[in-house]
Amino acid sequence: MISQLSWKIGGQQGEGVESTDRIFSTALNRLGYYLYGYRHFSSRIKGGHTNNKIRISTSPIRAISDDLDILVAFDQESIDLNAHELCQDGVIVADAKFNPTVPEGSSAKLFAVPITAIAEELGTSLMKNMVASGASWALLGLPLEVFNKAVEEEFGRKGQAIVDKNVEAVKRGAEYVLELAGGPLERFKLEPADGKEKLFMIGNDAIGLGAVAAGCRIMSAYPITPASEIMEYLIKKLPKFGGTVVQTEDEIAAITMAIGANYAGVRTMTASAGPGLSLMMEAIGLAGMTETPVVIVDTQRGGPSTGLPTKQEQSDINALIYGTHGEIPKIVLAPSSIEECFYDTIQAFNLAEKYQVPVILATDLQLSLGKQSCELLDYSKIVIDRGTLVDEVPEREDGSLFKRYELTENGVSPRVIPGVKNGIHHVTGVEHDESGRPSESPVNRQKMMDKRLGKLDKIQVDNPIHVQAPHQNPDLLIVGMGSTGGTIDQARERLEDEGITTNHITVRLMHPFPVEEIQPYLEQAKQVVVLENNATGQLAGLIKLNAGYSDKLVNMLKYDGTPFLPSEVYSKCLDVHSQAALEKQSGELVKHGNF
Amino acid sequence: MATFKEFRNNIKPNWCPGCGDFSVQAAIQRAAANVGLEPEQLAVISGIGCSGRISGYINAYGLHGIHGRALPIAQGVKLANRELTVIASGGDGDGFAIGMGHTIHAIRRNINITYIVMDNQIYGLTKGQTSPRSAEGFKTKSTPEGSIESALSPLELALSSGATFVAQSFSSDLKQLTALIEEGIKHEGFSLINVFSPCVTFNKVNTYDWFKENITNLDTVEGYDSSNRIQAMTKLMETGGLLTGLIYQNKERKSYEDLVPGFRKEALAGQNPEITAEQFNQLVAEFR
Repeated sequence: MISQLSWKIGGQQGEGVESTDRIFSTALNRLGYYLYGYRHFSSRIKGGHTNNKIRISTSPIRAISDDLDILVAFDQESIDLNAHELCQDGVIVADAKFNPTVPEGSSAKLFAVPITAIAEELGTSLMKNMVASGASWALLGLPLEVFNKAVEEEFGRKGQAIVDKNVEAVKRGAEYVLELAGGPLERFKLEPADGKEKLFMIGNDAIGLGAVAAGCRIMSAYPITPASEIMEYLIKKLPKFGGTVVQTEDEIAAITMAIGANYAGVRTMTASAGPGLSLMMEAIGLAGMTETPVVIVDTQRGGPSTGLPTKQEQSDINALIYGTHGEIPKIVLAPSSIEECFYDTIQAFNLAEKYQVPVILATDLQLSLGKQSCELLDYSKIVIDRGTLVDEVPEREDGSLFKRYELTENGVSPRVIPGVKNGIHHVTGVEHDESGRPSESPVNRQKMMDKRLGKLDKIQVDNPIHVQAPHQNPDLLIVGMGSTGGTIDQARERLEDEGITTNHITVRLMHPFPVEEIQPYLEQAKQVVVLENNATGQLAGLIKLNAGYSDKLVNMLKYDGTPFLPSEVYSKCLDVHSQAALEKQSGELVKHGNF
Repeated sequence: MATFKEFRNNIKPNWCPGCGDFSVQAAIQRAAANVGLEPEQLAVISGIGCSGRISGYINAYGLHGIHGRALPIAQGVKLANRELTVIASGGDGDGFAIGMGHTIHAIRRNINITYIVMDNQIYGLTKGQTSPRSAEGFKTKSTPEGSIESALSPLELALSSGATFVAQSFSSDLKQLTALIEEGIKHEGFSLINVFSPCVTFNKVNTYDWFKENITNLDTVEGYDSSNRIQAMTKLMETGGLLTGLIYQNKERKSYEDLVPGFRKEALAGQNPEITAEQFNQLVAEFR
């Protein structure tokens, strides 16, 4: 019996690849397996090769795998493009319709199942997904009842007749492949899962759910890949809580509407990707200047310009930190798991109101869209902290304005929302005094700049870095962010096997940079490998700028649009380590380690 | 009940003596009092430019945002608190150049706010460049040989974008302007009021006298039916847009807020943001 397995489905976009994956993995989740999904897709709706890969495991995993055990192919292209990933005794389940062939040199076993023919026989080729997922399920020898229950839930709304047809399609697919294979494949027999209940979701869903839990009631947003799922989730949910989503005319309207709604007292967010964030920058400056809380999600994708809209990248970090003209306080958080997408969204709303600053939540495409198992989320951890928001203001005899920007010890002033009696004050992006009135006085200017920029001096963020530091003086400290943590850990296991000691830090607070927290680990490590999906080493740059240690830092960069694979991280780290040994003799330094 | 004086504050506007914007400020203050508002029930959201400063000159909640974005900010305020009266305001550059996209979409979205444009056909705060409302041939610092672009017709554009309330007035006619702002506030949907607000410093063509000579006041046009969209469009075209009064109103169409399913009449801002454990469990269930 094995403890993990990788499965992939490939076909033309719009052909049922997504739905086959969804139903197959939902059923696996019900059995309690840990799952990690990866979507390969293009910026088009129909046509073009697409594939979804899932890694199935009996223990937690947060990385895609290097190889593949089972490939389900709706066309020959899917075989040709993906067969090289198959392990030596891998299996291809392909639609007999296109007379599939195994590429030369591949040792994979092919089962040609008349996927389309069975589906059409049962009424519609749309049921290809059921035939294919049924065949996959049967090869693994998993209980069919669990699968049928998932089918029932998927199609229950459409009536029993539809459910029955789909169940039949699953059965026919299963029977056919079992006859070809002579029963379930012993080689792919998975150990039973722990049976613990888990959630199975994408990061964007977790952000949407976190927003609802945080009391976000308005979202204003403009559609963009890979952020739109957040908007689509909230469109379904917010009306149930009295709120709404406005699809605005552009991202500038999205952010300014969110600022207006936050100013008026409702937790409001927007979400976008790089191009949208670029458009929002002036308004983010307004939020910083007027001390208006607002939460912005940036689901990073390949840039610059339109770049690689459906591919992985982590290249907005500098833009998020430095993008606004002038100088404002701002918080940039980078969750690194589905759970963190949920809890950090709540934290983002709290930080925004507590410090009265814009908070940017930066994910990356793989974290936003890769469907993964997630521990059950804890209701008791949902805390709403609205900071210094006051709902009643005593009358002032002198008729003066409310001091919305009162100079206080920690720089955070009392905040009142429109509608409250005696709370009238002015809000402007022009430099202003304590009541919000425009002021060009140099003395006032300096005080107000210091007030705003000083707010984050003692910022409290939950776990600004994640630390896995089993070694006092490791050969390598690997630093990453976002979705790369699981891949790094997997590589570390193999490095440790080779006798190379490694620690691992995930940076979760990009700005203000958690220097004090990270410093001791940089100090202890013999070398520091900073792993990131961009071409210029932005995270490494932040470390150098804030903490130094440039003599120890080595960039590990990948910017071809695909996530790091554990094997790549492993071999690069191995290189870095052995080269370091060489350099110790020659005195030279490796600066770049690009893929 | 508040009088218009309670909507005044002690700030001296930095507008030039004789600027049309003074009347707009006075008209907003009067209209707010006339419809029975208290100062804290009004939010004035303004853009950037000479006219954008207006939110600081009225004793009410006010936000002076960024250039061209008064409308999305104002719509956000209104969605967060339907109990507030929200007025967005700014100049013709703010609303018809940099912010034109928002103007058209605010019109078709029809959120219940009032948008007052102080239209002086020129850029004043940057000291005299052409505006989208400048007539062809109009000479400015940025068009020394005269503008070679055609002037925009914002109200025709508003009508064709599905506007439910379109009015125009003139700074010299405080009475009409005040009445129109009152009507705009009462209108259940988006109301656009364009105001000819002469720039006495940089616009030597479109002066008070020029407007007085060229404007047709709808109050004096017999048989004009402001519910007739075709007639409104025709009249705008006939007069080259130099028309004041209530040009068009559609009282049938519901506001955006009324069309959002389940969107409550009470201020969203006043509601408890917490969700119950039961609600949370329901939300989580779909990911099992």
